[in-house]
Amino acid sequence: MLSFQKYYKQSATYKIFSEITSSLILFLSNFGNITLSGLKVLKYVLKGNIDIKELIEQCNRFGVSSLPITLSIVGMTSVIVASQVALEMVKQGGSGLVGLLMTMLIVREVGVIMSGFAIIYMIGSSLASEIATMRVTEQIDAIEVLKVDPIRYLFVPRVLAGLIMMPPVVAIASVVGVLAGAVTSNLASGLSYRAFFDSAWLGIYMKDLGVCMLKAATFGAVIAHISCGCGYNANGGAKGVGIATTKAVVWSFISIVVLDMLFAIVFFF
Amino acid sequence: MSIEVKNLVKAFDDRRVIDDVSFRVEDGETLAVVGFSGSGKSTILKMICGLLTQDSGEIITSKGEIAMVFQYSALFDSLNVADNISFALHERKELRNKYTEKQIRNIVAEKLELVGLKGIERKFPSELSGGMQKRVSFARAIVTEPNIILYDEPTAGLDPISSTLIEDYIVRLKEETHAASVVVTHQMSTITRTANRVIMLYNGKVVFEGTPDEMLQMTNEYTRQFVTASLEGPMKMGTEN
Repeated sequence: MLSFQKYYKQSATYKIFSEITSSLILFLSNFGNITLSGLKVLKYVLKGNIDIKELIEQCNRFGVSSLPITLSIVGMTSVIVASQVALEMVKQGGSGLVGLLMTMLIVREVGVIMSGFAIIYMIGSSLASEIATMRVTEQIDAIEVLKVDPIRYLFVPRVLAGLIMMPPVVAIASVVGVLAGAVTSNLASGLSYRAFFDSAWLGIYMKDLGVCMLKAATFGAVIAHISCGCGYNANGGAKGVGIATTKAVVWSFISIVVLDMLFAIVFFF
Repeated sequence: MSIEVKNLVKAFDDRRVIDDVSFRVEDGETLAVVGFSGSGKSTILKMICGLLTQDSGEIITSKGEIAMVFQYSALFDSLNVADNISFALHERKELRNKYTEKQIRNIVAEKLELVGLKGIERKFPSELSGGMQKRVSFARAIVTEPNIILYDEPTAGLDPISSTLIEDYIVRLKEETHAASVVVTHQMSTITRTANRVIMLYNGKVVFEGTPDEMLQMTNEYTRQFVTASLEGPMKMGTEN
């Protein structure tokens, strides 16, 4: 019997099963920790227990610092899509739909998701590495010993800044995206600006704008919270900071894609 | 009584780092905790201040504030010296309501003067030497007027003169605050100049308890090996649990 157990524990099936089980347990434990800290953040926000000075600093980081790269990414994505779509649609007699299609794409998806990716790379990674460094250099321990809750001090202003600043960033990026689409369509297919914007208005509904802003606020809060959580749970030295930053980027990326899918199912099916 | 530790046990994975450790520290007394690196000295401090929870045993502390001076200072590098020292006064509601901004500025100046660093409020931690950072972390620790102060290797990595300065401040803070202090250290000068009593840990257990003078008399085989820094003796490096 013993030899069977020993043999079984060395088998590939056992190793694969135990690897999957331990990964699942780790995932559930991280998910649980992040959910619990999310509830704590919500509690502090509802109580109005917010450090305004820190919130303004984080809003500046989320909004102003990230704007150039966000606008560039959304603008360039728009140029790529328009250059592919406009010429073909005009050729097929669908010039009256180019503006509509581009606006709909940008408002519903491209603006918010590409801004989300830009924010993950620019802000999420820096949040995670900042907090992970604080963890490995015992700064978070020092906060706790001074009887200050690190969730309130570190998470609340950052998550709130994500929630507040992501919608205006997405709104500005979407406007830039639509303008870039109009210019590209004009250059690629000769479509007039008037023809583009005449149909562009047809592609914008109040519901789309509302969902876009709701999605942006959700993405901002989720990216900030996951990044803070990955940094907060870091351990080890420089390697731990690197691992935390990678985790923050990967999990934020996966989370916003999953959330985007859920938004599409809930609001557009 | 300010700190009473009873039958403390803490294990990481299957390794018992602290194994049935008990001691007491009275108000105004300084206890030095010595032992090999990795013998669980810092773990005891982290359990006393609540950063870690023990597996079993009891830690009883008198009511009031507990402060800790970290090995590498752990100053907030995004905040200047004044904001580091006043962190708890700004961030804790009950303290924020107790003091005005002017009073906080005065407290910061007073604490900086106490550690001999008058006028450096606007500097950032990265602009300070290791010894200065350590002294700022002293000032930050005592700003809440603690009745227990924990020092995690306060003189590690400092030159002998800076070490002497830090040791003087430990003694001075004890006299000023009358706090119970626990100093984790390897350095003989820190033990002899700051501590009233010493406990020595090996394999997670207390193998010596006495005064610094008793430690220096080397009647105990463990302290003899520690004081003479000998490789010969009951303690073997790398064989701890």
